Amino acid sequence: MSNILNVSPSPHRQSAETTRKLMYGVVIALLPALATSIWFFGMGAIIVTLVSVFACVATEYIIQKFILKTKPSISDGSAVVTGLLLAFNVPSNLPVYIIIIGAIVSIGVAKMTFGGLGNNPFNPALVGRVFMLISFPVQMTSWPLPQGFNTGYADAVTGATPLAIMSEGIKNGETVSALMEKVPTHLQLFYGYMGGSMGEIAAAALILGGIYLVWRKIITWHIPVTILLTVAAFTGILWGVDPTKYADPLFHLLTGGIMLGAIFMATDYVTSPMTAKGMVIYGIGIGVITVLIRVWGAYPEGVSFAILIMNAFVPLLNMYIKPKRFGKEVKRG
Amino acid sequence: MFKTFPKGGIHPPENKLTADKPTAILPVPAQVTVPVSQHIGAPATPVVEKGAVVRAGQLIAQAKGFVSANIHSPVSGKVSKIDTVVDTTGYKQTAIVIDVEGDEWVETVDRSAGLVKDITLSREQIIERCQQCGLVGLGGATFPTHIKLTVPAGKKCDMVIINGVECEPYLTSDHRLMLEKGAEVLTGVSIIKKALGVESVIIGIEANKPDAISNLTELAKGFEGITVQPLKVKYPQGGEKQLIKACTGREVPSGGLPLDVGVVVQNVGTAFAVYEAVQKNKPLVERVVTVTGKSVKNPGNFQVRIGTPVSALIEAAGGMPDDTGKVVNGGPMMGKALAITDVPVTKGTSGIILFPAEESKRAEVLPCIRCGKCSSACAMGLEPWLISALSQKGMFEKAEQERITDCMECGACAYICPAKRPLLDYIRLGKATVIRMARERITK
Repeated sequence: MSNILNVSPSPHRQSAETTRKLMYGVVIALLPALATSIWFFGMGAIIVTLVSVFACVATEYIIQKFILKTKPSISDGSAVVTGLLLAFNVPSNLPVYIIIIGAIVSIGVAKMTFGGLGNNPFNPALVGRVFMLISFPVQMTSWPLPQGFNTGYADAVTGATPLAIMSEGIKNGETVSALMEKVPTHLQLFYGYMGGSMGEIAAAALILGGIYLVWRKIITWHIPVTILLTVAAFTGILWGVDPTKYADPLFHLLTGGIMLGAIFMATDYVTSPMTAKGMVIYGIGIGVITVLIRVWGAYPEGVSFAILIMNAFVPLLNMYIKPKRFGKEVKRG
Repeated sequence: MFKTFPKGGIHPPENKLTADKPTAILPVPAQVTVPVSQHIGAPATPVVEKGAVVRAGQLIAQAKGFVSANIHSPVSGKVSKIDTVVDTTGYKQTAIVIDVEGDEWVETVDRSAGLVKDITLSREQIIERCQQCGLVGLGGATFPTHIKLTVPAGKKCDMVIINGVECEPYLTSDHRLMLEKGAEVLTGVSIIKKALGVESVIIGIEANKPDAISNLTELAKGFEGITVQPLKVKYPQGGEKQLIKACTGREVPSGGLPLDVGVVVQNVGTAFAVYEAVQKNKPLVERVVTVTGKSVKNPGNFQVRIGTPVSALIEAAGGMPDDTGKVVNGGPMMGKALAITDVPVTKGTSGIILFPAEESKRAEVLPCIRCGKCSSACAMGLEPWLISALSQKGMFEKAEQERITDCMECGACAYICPAKRPLLDYIRLGKATVIRMARERITK
């Protein structure tokens, strides 16, 4: 008998699921929304996406190879996901140098300084986005209007997002019903015909991606459903109180970054709670903060801030919300 | 409807390659090596000397104390030596080596095939017989059966559950037993029922064994108080606490025993051994072992004498495939890898699985991404990511608070982890340390 046998403790089987497969599963789930963005924003969407993904992967590689001098782990796919999500969170005419700065902040500051994959407290793509929003407020809020491949990149025709139109209008004393005339119809909002960040516009495509994520068991329903229900309930109450001052819940669900945030940003494994109960609390928090910012805040949109704020509570939620243990605890002598 | 436990669980590929292979009787080997410790508790003391002539079924090592089990000769022949050998656990221990001559049994053993259904022994006699015959739990833990059949003062048992789940992938020995020896198993169940003085028995079987379910359900009509409960296919359905929860809704408390909720669990293999001991006066000297693997030429279920070398079993299944990289004693989830195959089959050997080299190594370990899949998979409601990290960092008091000792080491967490982290390795380390710390606290 010549075989040399491997010996290791049980279990002797491991599932076929790997970190890489999960990450590329997220990439697949983002494809319908990416296709929609390219359909509405043309070349700009392609340029922004390619630059963002490349810059994120390159930043991670350079930091690991030359600064940390460790084996680069870019093949795990997490930098690709961050790059895609970062691109989804910016206008499709954003200048290349700003995207690169955003990518360096996302990966370099928000992810690698904390120890890389699995250790970052805040969602890297959102940290990058908020950094860009504060540093380059003009470029980050000039939204190209959807004109397909005629949209152009540097010379795109820009305008306000439906949420911004609504928010500005209400502050100026206009009624919601009058403002509704100035924004796309709910159906148009549903398939994504509106100005906005590259990947946030297409509710239908994002929901399709979300269904894929749940079907592939990459995420559970808890976070997205709780966020969307909370937003719907909160805005629904406001709308019920005074429909002339507050937009209807469906409008809130179909505009801004709520779909992208609820399905793809808030569900990031590393920065979200690990128990179902924790996820529900986290989701309610995001929904409430989003509506607070949208309705009473200085910014027309608040999903990014809401998620980042709730990211900060995740360690607490993980510490205090425990799964239901099997069997009562018995004190023994 | 199929019942199951409420939280956690995984679905590893079943790979029950030998489910339709009738049990074949393995010829008696030329030499057997019988370890004196094949059970939980004190090793038995040899009562034969080198050169002694023994017959099959003869006592060769006497149980040492109450928590121990007798060992009988599985063959007839001559004791060639009493020596230290490596057993299936990889540790060294004393074993009695017997050179086989013929196949003579002691006269008291009834070797006839007929079913003896009437139970004539009293409760005390049944328990005594199980003790004499060296019966241990055949589900894997090898806890002496007579202790489990003796309800301590102050405890009450009102329900017996028979574990026919066999939730480990690959293994089919219990499945075949339920198909081929259904009446004997049910008689054994009735004996256990009588010994414990309970009215009702539930036999839990996973739904992936519909033939065993229908066979036992049909046969159970001829017995009193025995019901067959089909269970959902989900690992670890056969975990004692999970099985009790699924069948009765009762939850064994943390750190407690099934008896704390009035239940005793026995394996189907044990029920068959009880039948043979009580009705046929036959000591536990043979058992059914599944020998399997994707590259194995003739995988099958073999009835084999205790002490037979594992290598002989592998030969019977067509020899060890060239691509073999790992040999596991037991199931793929909880079994132990063997370093050498020249070790004897013991009372606790339920299966031998040969894994090809490419399936025998662990995948590269990546950082934890906090996906929480381990917590979702844990049937005990623990957080494997947390208790494993606490153990890794040496924070054992914290790990104890997180109930690390509730872990039954089923391996579901390490199986499901997408980052392929060795969660259970660290949990085992932490668990052992916490148990030691708790002992020290008590002795202080």
